[in-house]
Amino acid sequence: MYKILKAEKLADKIILMDVLAPRVAKHCQPGQFVIVKMDDKGERIPLTICDYDREAGTITIVFQEVGASTVKMADLKAGDGFRDFVGPLGCTSEFVLEDLETLKKKKMLFVAGGVGAAPVYPQVKWLHQHGIAADVVLGAKTKDMVILEKELEAVAGNLYVTTDDGSYGRSGMVTTVVEDLVQKEGKHYDVCVAIGPMIMMKFVCLLTKKLELPTIVSMNPIMVDGTGMCGACRLQVGDQIKFACVDGPEFDGHLVDFDQAMKRSQMYKTEEGRAMLKLQEGDTHHGGCGNCGGDN
Amino acid sequence: MADVLKKVPVREQDAKVRATNFEEVCLGYNQEEAMEEATRCINCKNAKCVSGCPVAIDIPGFIKEVKEGKIEEAYKVIGKSSALPAICGRVCPQESQCEGKCIRGIKGEPVSIGKLERFVADYALEHDIKPEKAETTNGHKIAVIGSGPAGLTCAGDLAKMGYEVTVFEALHELGGVLVYGIPEFRLPKQKVVAKEIEKVKELGVKFETNVVIGKSTTIDQLIEEEGFEAVFIGSGAGLPMFMGIPGENANGVFSANEYLTRSNLMKAFDESYDTPIVGGKKVAVVGGGNVAMDAARTALRLGAEVHIVYRRSEAELPARVEEVHHAKEEGVIFDLLTNPKEIFVDENGNVKGMKVIRMELGEPDASGRRRPVEIPGSEYEIELDTVIMSLGTSPNPLISSTTKGLETNKWKCIVADEELGKTSKEGVYAGGDAVTGAATVILAMGAGKAGAKGIDTYLKEE
Ligand SMILES: Cc1cc2nc3c(=O)[nH]c(=O)nc-3n(C[C@H](O)[C@H](O)[C@H](O)COP(=O)(O)OP(=O)(O)OC[C@H]3O[C@@H](n4cnc5c(N)ncnc54)[C@H](O)[C@@H]3O)c2cc1C
Ligand SMILES: Cc1cc2nc3c(=O)[nH]c(=O)nc-3n(C[C@H](O)[C@H](O)[C@H](O)COP(=O)(O)OP(=O)(O)OC[C@H]3O[C@@H](n4cnc5c(N)ncnc54)[C@H](O)[C@@H]3O)c2cc1C
Ligand code: FES
Repeated sequence: MYKILKAEKLADKIILMDVLAPRVAKHCQPGQFVIVKMDDKGERIPLTICDYDREAGTITIVFQEVGASTVKMADLKAGDGFRDFVGPLGCTSEFVLEDLETLKKKKMLFVAGGVGAAPVYPQVKWLHQHGIAADVVLGAKTKDMVILEKELEAVAGNLYVTTDDGSYGRSGMVTTVVEDLVQKEGKHYDVCVAIGPMIMMKFVCLLTKKLELPTIVSMNPIMVDGTGMCGACRLQVGDQIKFACVDGPEFDGHLVDFDQAMKRSQMYKTEEGRAMLKLQEGDTHHGGCGNCGGDN
Repeated sequence: MADVLKKVPVREQDAKVRATNFEEVCLGYNQEEAMEEATRCINCKNAKCVSGCPVAIDIPGFIKEVKEGKIEEAYKVIGKSSALPAICGRVCPQESQCEGKCIRGIKGEPVSIGKLERFVADYALEHDIKPEKAETTNGHKIAVIGSGPAGLTCAGDLAKMGYEVTVFEALHELGGVLVYGIPEFRLPKQKVVAKEIEKVKELGVKFETNVVIGKSTTIDQLIEEEGFEAVFIGSGAGLPMFMGIPGENANGVFSANEYLTRSNLMKAFDESYDTPIVGGKKVAVVGGGNVAMDAARTALRLGAEVHIVYRRSEAELPARVEEVHHAKEEGVIFDLLTNPKEIFVDENGNVKGMKVIRMELGEPDASGRRRPVEIPGSEYEIELDTVIMSLGTSPNPLISSTTKGLETNKWKCIVADEELGKTSKEGVYAGGDAVTGAATVILAMGAGKAGAKGIDTYLKEE
């Protein structure tokens, strides 16, 4: 059992948890992720490490309720635990391994969409701790969905918050902000790191290609083991097939085939729909899912 | 009187019934049947079967005890050489090992050594007969990486010698391929695998799941920071290969590892578990080994029409004869001398068909098998919705790439000597699929034993 020390609702359907996992906390670096499994029958769910405390041995995760497993996970309280919690998985962000002096000369822009703020935070924090101030664009659908603003503010250079509906901060999608910053507000960046829903990363990459701004994305395909054993997470990156769990999750966004990746993430849509139905209806589930044989 | 030239038949689930369930196919012998089969052994002085067994079990010796109804004694004889008899009795390729050498096989059928081993081991599990434990520990700490047959055996042997052993496993369950690869209908998880592992626990071995060596910690850290004096690597060969043909990233194309992991480890075949699996209506499994048979028979049980697509002929199928036989009985269709060229994808990214080409056998290749060559112009298309690639696996580089001074060969296999499992790094031993590439349970078990001996020798010399 991996004990949950804190469970907090950040916004509608977005939950933050601190989990006791000393081995993971000791070795993790920005860019890496964990896989959690709630109970005996649960799925293995990959989640990015949002923060870590090496002394306390804790890992912070932030997740959105999108399907059967994450909805169930949202019911866990402080004091409960995960049956399994494995990590750190995947490679660290490339800059962690870069020469610090070279890195200090680079101007970095982070683009975080939705829960993407969670994986962006440890990276910006790491840079801050190493004396580098990176700019951050933080986007959300609406005011209530903006998360980790205070935390990011404390570690970022400039923080630009934007909402799709204009209810808070700037107005419009993150791509609009990036375009404005570079083309209208005279900002120059050497590297962009974009993390969020796949569709957002795709459009950021289309824009930054035009702006000739090298862009790194963090991919979140369907995974099973997370150790390179199954190939469920494979992606087309340039002319190569990469396994996101061991070769990534971060890749050169200008080389990733997003359309294929988005199709692949829909693979279990109908199966997952049934699982969701089963969960919502619980014991009253009497057919309709096409799977259980209904009442007979 | 039964025909002494033939094996005492073993009871099995009816093919039609079992094609729709995940219960074990083979029901095994009862004591009466086992004792009768045992009388077929003529107790050769210079028993060839023993030389056919990779761990040299005293086969005539244990069969003699079975003949006399002394099953517990028989178990002790096997236990001297094998740590996992209930598993090996079920999954060893007996036809090319012990039974392949049996004198009885010249004129008739060989003695059913595998089924006898299984009977004895199951008897021991049912009657809770335990291996003997070391009386005191010697205080030396050993780390074992991976809980497949190699790691389990090495850990068990070292614990019996008195070492304090901790096994680190990356997944959330113990057993390696025994739990994530080989299906329930061939190797029951609770009834057999879990119980064999329980025995290793009773020897005092500690297990830590969810630790990926190379990520959660490294071998160097285990030695320098956690006080382990020696390490055995039994991390298997889990990396799946793909063909590199067009369409391979389509939805509905899986590695056999993914398909089997979903079904076996995550229990996706059971509705009450959360992990999904795509059953498929018409499935092609590409390959001809045990893994391909397992994937095919799993898809069949999930309701699909299943074709094995294999580029050589039936004689070259690397799978156990029993598995091929069972697969055919259950209705798996074999498209032999056939090789995929391209996978067709619809507008939503789903598989809709596959182009294949007919093959013929040419000159023998390096493996001694006749090389399959394409017959020009013989391409044709088949409609299907799922393709499972079962083309073999290679060792995962997670450990070798994070361990200083650990030598690997060009296939990414860890270099280790056969006799003691010694690697290029001091205090580090290795064995099983991580060293040989994908092989068999019994060879992995043998390598685990060798590694235990190697570590014991090393620490005694220190
Ligand atoms: C390396 C990695 C890191 C991740 N980090 C985080 C994180 O920090 N926080 C977080 O909330 N999620 C993260 N994810 C995504 C998370 O794993 C999935 O949201 C989760 O597995 C969904 O499980 P479920 O059963 O609840 O939903 P499912 O029932 O599997 O999915 C429900 C619906 O959501 C869609 N969906 C599935 N996966 C995603 C996805 N990744 N993004 C958007 N929609 C999806 C499906 O198409 C489906 O329609 C990460 C994924 C990966 C691979
Ligand atoms: C589907 C299938 C069917 C098979 N059928 C047969 C059969 O009928 N007969 C037969 O004899 N053989 C069969 N085999 C082959 C046989 O199972 C293997 O040869 C054998 O399991 C190898 O044992 P091992 O201990 O070396 O490795 P594995 O069984 O692969 O175990 C390795 C373990 O190490 C863990 N691990 C890997 N990396 C790390 C890490 N970095 N940190 C921590 N843990 C790690 C893995 O998760 C795994 O649990 C089959 C294989 C498959 C896949
Ligand atoms: S999740 Fe299985 S290989 Fe990446």
